[in-house]
Amino acid sequence: MFETLTERLNKTFRNLAGFGKLNEENIQPALREIRVALLEADVHFRVVKSFLENVKKRALGSEVLESVTPADQFVKVVRDELARTLGAEEPPPELRKNPAGPTRILLCGLQGAGKTTAAAKLAHLLGKSALVALDLKRPGAVEQLRVMAEKVQATFLPPADPSDVRLSARKALEEGRAFEHLIFDTAGRLQIDEELMEELVEVAGIVKPDEIVLVLDAMTGQEALNVAETFHKRVPLTALMLTKTDGDARGGAALSIRHVTGIPIKWIGTGERPDAIESFHPERFADRILGMGDVVSLVERAERLTDTKKVESLTKRMLRDGLDLELFLEQMREMRKMGPLTELLSLLPGGGNLAPMAAGSEEELKRFESMILSMTPRERRHPDIIDHSRKRRIARGSGVRTEEVSRMLKQFRKVRGMLGAFTGGKKGNGILRQFFS
Amino acid sequence: MLTLAGRLRRGLEKTRKKMSAVIDVAVGRGLFDDAAAEQIEEALIEADIGPEIALRLVEDVREWVRSAGGGVTAETVREKIEMDIAEILRGSGSGRSEEIPPNGNHSSEQPRVTILVGVNGSGKTTTAAKLAAQAAARGSRVLLGAADTFRAAAIDQLRVWAERIGCEFVAQDQGADPAAVAFDAVQAGKSRGCDEVFIDTAGRLHTQTNLMAELEKVIRVLGKIKPPDHCFLTLDATTGRNGLQQITTFSRSLPVDGLIVTKLDGSARAGVVVEAVERLKIPVRYVGVGETVEDLMPFDPEAFARELVRTE
Ligand SMILES: Nc1nc2c(ncn2[C@@H]2O[C@H](COP(=O)(O)OP(=O)(O)O)[C@@H](O)[C@H]2O)c(=O)[nH]1
Ligand SMILES: Nc1nc2c(ncn2[C@@H]2O[C@H](COP(=O)(O)OP(=O)(O)O)[C@@H](O)[C@H]2O)c(=O)[nH]1
Ligand SMILES: [Mg+2]
Ligand SMILES: [Mg+2]
Repeated sequence: MFETLTERLNKTFRNLAGFGKLNEENIQPALREIRVALLEADVHFRVVKSFLENVKKRALGSEVLESVTPADQFVKVVRDELARTLGAEEPPPELRKNPAGPTRILLCGLQGAGKTTAAAKLAHLLGKSALVALDLKRPGAVEQLRVMAEKVQATFLPPADPSDVRLSARKALEEGRAFEHLIFDTAGRLQIDEELMEELVEVAGIVKPDEIVLVLDAMTGQEALNVAETFHKRVPLTALMLTKTDGDARGGAALSIRHVTGIPIKWIGTGERPDAIESFHPERFADRILGMGDVVSLVERAERLTDTKKVESLTKRMLRDGLDLELFLEQMREMRKMGPLTELLSLLPGGGNLAPMAAGSEEELKRFESMILSMTPRERRHPDIIDHSRKRRIARGSGVRTEEVSRMLKQFRKVRGMLGAFTGGKKGNGILRQFFS
Repeated sequence: MLTLAGRLRRGLEKTRKKMSAVIDVAVGRGLFDDAAAEQIEEALIEADIGPEIALRLVEDVREWVRSAGGGVTAETVREKIEMDIAEILRGSGSGRSEEIPPNGNHSSEQPRVTILVGVNGSGKTTTAAKLAAQAAARGSRVLLGAADTFRAAAIDQLRVWAERIGCEFVAQDQGADPAAVAFDAVQAGKSRGCDEVFIDTAGRLHTQTNLMAELEKVIRVLGKIKPPDHCFLTLDATTGRNGLQQITTFSRSLPVDGLIVTKLDGSARAGVVVEAVERLKIPVRYVGVGETVEDLMPFDPEAFARELVRTE
């Protein structure tokens, strides 16, 4: 199963005698672990190098705390350094507003990064916006923006001349004078496409944007840095928006770009819908890059959506007694209240593997419920005793076919198995246990 | 106007220069020492090959140099790495042939059905159009089915392509059941005597289990009329390590029988496919090298590896 970075680091430190002090020597294996973690998170290899130098300096200079293990202490140094690089010590970046007239926001980036969606998201976030269609290249792009504008109740400004980007930009500026925000969607372009980069420079010259946002896919690999640097050289970027962070990409590109160019990451995209936009939190993102799970978000969402006390007590019960069908049912009911469970689970390290198991539909839940309610208390607590004749009885009692009972039990066992690994077994030290004990 | 290969090369030029220059410098002293190994490893990592395979490739070179008893040149090192990468890629059955071997579902029954899947923005719609246009150019009767009923104007995008290509087009309203659209498309393909049906689907992240289940349903429903002959997964060449997760998860849920690496005309090199192909044994079928319908080429493992490593 998965092994969190902390677990791996724990191992590297465990072999060391004289627990306590970090020194040049005992820190090496840990630095190697961090190196691989960062590279696997798509942080640019050169950034990894200089980042590790900083970490080393800080780790060696750091106070030795009595209460924590070297692994914990080391992780803390790494996280703090990551968060710092991502902007944790600076005030949250704000939108650069134009005091006289509309604030002009120009979006740019590679093909398929999520620019058009980002345009609608920003309109949703900021309100009082007009969306300007300047992608005259991709088939259906103008129509896409029109539909999105409608969804967020923003004004849509179609291109004045569908064959002339520059003219359309100029006309939109005139037409959009009364709006608070003018958001310009542009065609995707490769940073090595000289012609299209030149077009972008000219459009920026016409629009004179207050914000030039590079929209970047969180899944982008090592090349992200080169992309950002090249765009930045041609048009002075003022912000980065990282899209598709609702997936399991670690998003190391954010670190590379921020580290090298200093461009602040202002927003992240968390889904396809126009309200799926959030401001950027350096600490949370540091955890994400390290593969430690977006634990803060998880806790926040859980708090927002459900009775955490209840979940907590259920989880504790599960950790103590193992999972039985009664708990399984209660968990399912509770978790459903939290909204898409899969989304929640995917925020936890390794949770992505668990998610498919728990993704039952409302209907399925109801069927499960009636099957479980048709069982005797003993069957619920010891599902392994359910043999074929018991299955037949349960099926009859709940009006389903016997195979469905089997299927439900199979799924239950799968979840139980997964949870075992997830919690580190009864005596283990898995992530759930850490959070709920 | 650049040729397709030229366009691919232009994109890869930078890397090639970089990696090649690195190898020149690293091995320039005629030694393959730790410093040389590290530099080459980093150049491979920068191509998104991943730390694990990069290290292995470099260690293989080291071993090979040792057994050859020295006499190493930058050129031989390049060749060695290139060959190793090509071999991994060939191992999955990726080949040069224009004709894609049929998967297990293939039957001679018309039409041949190909479905495109992948994460958001990876190039499914454009690739469907490219495949359709190239089939049409070969004289096939072609139909495009718009089963992305989710993204705003996705249907319009595909319709524009169908009009440009002059092929058959099947769509329903925005929000319709994608499985129903796919079914319709194949049925229409049958009744209109089409040779090829290409079905575009909505982008989805592999972590979205409900949306993955939706695709499974599309495949299941198609099974009632004709199981898809091909299920191609598009992968954006700029994708980093997450590509591995994408390919793993998609191919676990769906009968993926080929990868299409899109946007290789950019500067990214899609090194992640090397590991994906090795682990999952899914062949790469085509590469996308631009935004017009001509910009699709059959995948060539040797060329891919060469472009990754070599100078002219
Ligand atoms: N899951 C997810 N999908 C996104 C996000 N942002 C954009 N997308 C999807 O990515 C694809 C490309 O987005 P689009 O805005 O058309 O990209 P553009 O080509 O840069 O304008 C579409 O399928 C969008 O729905 C996001 O934050 N999360
Ligand atoms: N440069 C380049 N752009 C591409 C390629 N394939 C697709 N695109 C562009 O990538 C963007 C997203 O493509 P699309 O087919 O809409 O992706 P989908 O969301 O997966 O259907 C569009 O702007 C396409 O023109 C390619 O091979 N090279
Ligand atoms: Mg767009
Ligand atoms: Mg599409």
